[in-house]
Amino acid sequence: MATATASSPVRDTGIGALLRHRAIGKLLLLAVAAAVLVPIVNAKWASGAWPDALTVDLTEPLGRTSDWIIDNRDSHPLFIYFFGHVSNAIVLSVRGVYLVLLAAGWAGVTVAAGLVAWRVAGVKLAVTASAAFAVCGLLGMWVPTMQTLALMIVAVIASVVLGLLLGLAGGLNDRVFRILRPVLDTMQVLPAYAYLLPFALVFGMGVPAAIIATVVYAAPPMARLTALGLRGADGGVMEAVTSLGATGRQRLFSARLPLARKELLLGVNQTIMMALSMAVIASVIGAGGLGDRVYQALSSVDVGQALAAGIPIVLLAVVLDRVTGAAGERMGAPAAGSASPLRGWRGWSLVAAVTVVAALAARFADRVDWPTGWVVNIAPPVNTAKEWMVDHIYTGVPVVGGTADWASHFTTWILNPARDGLQGLPWWSVLLIVAALAWLIGTWQTALTAVAAMGAIGVLGVWNKSLDTLAQVIAGVAVTLVLGFAVGIAASRSKRFERMLRPVLDVFQTMPQFVYLIPVVALFGVGRAPAVAAAVVYALPAVVRITTQGLRQVDAAAMESSRSLGATGWQQLRKVQLPLARPALMLALNQGVVLVLAVVVIGGLVGGGALGYDVVFGIAQGDLATGLVAGVAIVCLGLMLDRVTQPTERRTKKGA
Amino acid sequence: MRVRTRVISAVTAGGALLALSGCGAADMTKQSSPYANAAGARTVTLSVQSWVGAQADVAVAEYLLKNELGYRVDKVQIDEVPAWDALSQGRVDAIMEDWGHPEQEQRYVKDKKTIVSGGDVGVTGHIGWYVPTYFAKKHPDVTDWKNLNKYADRFRTSESGGKGQLMDGSPSYVTNDKALVQNLDLDYEVVFAGSEAAQITQIEQFAKQQKPFLTYWYKPQWLFKKVPMTEVKLPEYKEGCDADPAKIKCAYPHTPLKKYLNADFAKKGGDAAKFLKNFTWSEEDQNEVSLMIADKKMSPEDAAKAWVDKNESKWKGWLPK
Repeated sequence: MATATASSPVRDTGIGALLRHRAIGKLLLLAVAAAVLVPIVNAKWASGAWPDALTVDLTEPLGRTSDWIIDNRDSHPLFIYFFGHVSNAIVLSVRGVYLVLLAAGWAGVTVAAGLVAWRVAGVKLAVTASAAFAVCGLLGMWVPTMQTLALMIVAVIASVVLGLLLGLAGGLNDRVFRILRPVLDTMQVLPAYAYLLPFALVFGMGVPAAIIATVVYAAPPMARLTALGLRGADGGVMEAVTSLGATGRQRLFSARLPLARKELLLGVNQTIMMALSMAVIASVIGAGGLGDRVYQALSSVDVGQALAAGIPIVLLAVVLDRVTGAAGERMGAPAAGSASPLRGWRGWSLVAAVTVVAALAARFADRVDWPTGWVVNIAPPVNTAKEWMVDHIYTGVPVVGGTADWASHFTTWILNPARDGLQGLPWWSVLLIVAALAWLIGTWQTALTAVAAMGAIGVLGVWNKSLDTLAQVIAGVAVTLVLGFAVGIAASRSKRFERMLRPVLDVFQTMPQFVYLIPVVALFGVGRAPAVAAAVVYALPAVVRITTQGLRQVDAAAMESSRSLGATGWQQLRKVQLPLARPALMLALNQGVVLVLAVVVIGGLVGGGALGYDVVFGIAQGDLATGLVAGVAIVCLGLMLDRVTQPTERRTKKGA
Repeated sequence: MRVRTRVISAVTAGGALLALSGCGAADMTKQSSPYANAAGARTVTLSVQSWVGAQADVAVAEYLLKNELGYRVDKVQIDEVPAWDALSQGRVDAIMEDWGHPEQEQRYVKDKKTIVSGGDVGVTGHIGWYVPTYFAKKHPDVTDWKNLNKYADRFRTSESGGKGQLMDGSPSYVTNDKALVQNLDLDYEVVFAGSEAAQITQIEQFAKQQKPFLTYWYKPQWLFKKVPMTEVKLPEYKEGCDADPAKIKCAYPHTPLKKYLNADFAKKGGDAAKFLKNFTWSEEDQNEVSLMIADKKMSPEDAAKAWVDKNESKWKGWLPK
């Protein structure tokens, strides 16, 4: 990672020289500071790993907190007059939606899905949407799908409302905006696993805690995009509206919000996607639905059954993504609305009427539940395929060796040296390296944040475990980048290949990670190697997409002129495309880091150990101290890695 | 004007929240699952633990509750300790197989009285260290812990560094293995598979290649039928020898597995509660159903049906008179 950022091809122009000069200056300054501080630090706490004198043990206070909550939950006013009402309201809303969905029956829901999709996004998506719901039924997952859908509807509405409110505040007030940004950052980096347990303690196991955890995770994109949309409102229009004497509220509702429609819709879209990815994770605290089916199938090592529950999640994600995406595009071009008689409320009432008719028809035909005869069991063939793979490529394949051999080599040659190397470094030198990297790529503030994050990890007493996790993340990111750039370059050169790739990437991005944990163990054994493999699978699509897009957007004129100069395809790629696409590649690196880190917790379930295992352990044993400390350490790692890999120029431009 | 609207909307929102939840104090001990008793059905919510034995208990209970007593059964999978919490709040009605959690028992059964014991499952559980029988046959002395260091290099993997690998499973399971390795001076590294699924997959992989391995495992378990394993003798268990987790030097006890019911449900749950209290079967019965689910990949429902059809005399007695 260090080489990727430091050895960037800067030409020897004046600016380049100056830049390098500044970099050398920063490093010199840092070296001087180190020369003064290191001897002092070393004299006081001479040890390789983080010194014990500088750690704080939180086991006692956190353990007491969790005991207090359990003992007072049924009597303390805070719970019976506040938290209790919140969780009751959530249970009631989910129940309400669930009952409506059950009453509509499979016919009503399928028809409604098709009609709504048709109304907002056209005929093609209408067919896709109905078909997707039918497949959920065919897989024998109708009831769990409805449970997940009920959960999703309530969670998405809550996230959108919260996100809108936060976004409004941030969009209209600069100070709120500045305060909000780090809060939103933390909400997104915090591994959901880490806060499931505290929420479950406070709001109760199951649905209420699951919904609140989902809202925490899914609201930030809505808030960011709302703020972005409001801030981006065209100055001229605002000026005109003000000159017409509109009040603040009128300005907001008649100009700012309508102008931000596109961002708002994109926000809804992002929120839905993130909420769905929580559906499975929330199952570990008993949220039920599809996630629970995946989780249950895994405990009997039944990949086929897990896939049968995973597919509906992917389908829901794809349909919701495409429909909201299409709605957003249509909204971008309001003039294009055809003179259809079904626009506006008339269209919607027709949708409602047809749905009711379909639901009633199914009811009279006594077919409210999905007919059991219409279920296709895909588990046996999938399991057979998995067995075949394991039998034939696990080990002893001539020449290339089996997957188990690769995993073992990967562990011995890459993961072990990386971990031992990091853990062997004196603790203060790790801080110095972090400071240098962050300062080179950003400002002294960036460097300070990164060092503070790393220092917090030491203070929490999980230094060695965090470095183990860090080694896994670095190895995972390296593999992801090599594969991602290769595939991305190939996709940017061939439209056909890109089209073929798209559904594959969709599936990898939305398939719950739990589903591929078992195949990963079957191929790579138990340990850190399968954990890294799972992380790579999850992070690869984003890296491929960003790379492809970045290379595609390289200025056509530059490409043309290089071609006219007789450059070969390879030269073009190396000398023109890659340097020009550097910002996109940096973003790919950053996303790779964030996404790989997100799977670290899941890696704990297949023997990844370190922080991920602690987080899982915390949930499983109801041990708030272990779980929360590891969770906070992951957040700190994420913060540090983000600062070390994301250039400051772009962060300021990102808007939110 | 703006302030007034804000106040009004805040009050309405608060009021709506109160109206929704029936005003006044909200009782956190009575919150069933939102999916319970939907569409006019009487439902029972059971917690399924992550191991297959517990799934077998639940599958058979579900089948009989459904077909003999007319209940609908919702199942949720929750880890062991959080399941106690869910049980005390009424999110689930019963845990069908508990491996002994003295701390939780003290808190919920004795102090808060929100959970009551539902009696024995009829199965005795035992945790231990196991090696595959094909390896134990060739090297009979491996089955005593005193000789384990001799074999450390045979159990080495890329995850265990220079030491032998002792594979542990899910973080939710009771384990003293780290302390045992330390206190018995064993040249081993405890590697946590992280989940039972991962551990089973790895054991099956080893068995396919006839490789030696040492693992934390427990009885009753269906996997023994597929991969025969022999227990390694640890220093004998004596009452109280596991009192101090740091100084543990002895084997795991034999635990009679128990059922637990939500106190309210036990009182008002009618036939379902009576039936669940009566439910008790043998280790062979449980293994038979487990093997059908986990190895033959039958759906839990089909597996339960197969067992129920064959064993009418056994379950007739569980039904409330």
